Amino acid sequence: MAEPTPELLTKSFELGYTYTRSTGPVIGHFLSELREGRIVGTRTSDGRVLVPAAEYDPVSAEALTEFVNVGDEGVVTTWSWVVDPISHHLMQKPFAFALIQLDGADVAMLHMVDAGSESAMRSGMRVRARWAAERRGSITDIICFEPT
Amino acid sequence: MSETREPITGIEVPINLQFKFTAGKALTRFLTSIREGRIVGQRCPGCNNVYVPPRGMCAACGIPTEEEVSVSDEGVIESFTVVHIPIPGNPIKPPFVAANILLDGTDMACLHRVSEVDNAKVHVGMRVKARWKPREEWDYTFENIAWFRPVEGS
Repeated sequence: MAEPTPELLTKSFELGYTYTRSTGPVIGHFLSELREGRIVGTRTSDGRVLVPAAEYDPVSAEALTEFVNVGDEGVVTTWSWVVDPISHHLMQKPFAFALIQLDGADVAMLHMVDAGSESAMRSGMRVRARWAAERRGSITDIICFEPT
Repeated sequence: MSETREPITGIEVPINLQFKFTAGKALTRFLTSIREGRIVGQRCPGCNNVYVPPRGMCAACGIPTEEEVSVSDEGVIESFTVVHIPIPGNPIKPPFVAANILLDGTDMACLHRVSEVDNAKVHVGMRVKARWKPREEWDYTFENIAWFRPVEGS
């Protein structure tokens, strides 16, 4: 027993949960359209377009059924620069989390912007979706947005 | 892209959490002892209860526990369940018995497997004894005990 007794034992471990989520018809359609390289929103009772597509009207609480195509370009309304991405971030280099209001949408949606450097970021800048070559019906079918 | 594909109805969203577990003083003593084939608990100076595995404190009295007590590797099944549904990542094939076992000389049950018995014959109050793995496989883990088996004649 040459080995000394350690003062404190530590061990790394990983806990994994294999979740599958049902999307429902509205989010399912939004994701199916992403797979085709298109972005859709839903129109609310007061005429606004929500992207990503929302299931219920925020005012009347009615189910939303009218889908509207929006552009894959838009405007950054606000952003936060990530200097040191951590392991679970989808971009492994400095990037911005940004709220992006797509052309034709009335609300902004959260995604990432690959601008190269923080100095290239500003609110009001125009960005365009960078699509994945192989799409599977996921928000990550848009890899990120990039300045136009 | 003229082909029509099935609409999306579900998405896989696995969550993987990375932990660094620090055993703490009490559990480190327990794990270094079990690596030598001994089960060590702690006695509460307030209520005299013996806890295995020890946590360094008594949840009932809210005070630290320091006195170490060696306990038996034999005990009694306090409650149990037969697991039929496989748990992802768990190498043990169902159906198997998971039991709360009250070791002799302790006051709180610990969770372990019961094997070497027909699952249907397992019962509350059954006396069981640890089935240790071969010594060369021992490490800092309660899994040095492969499972508990019934004591003859119980």
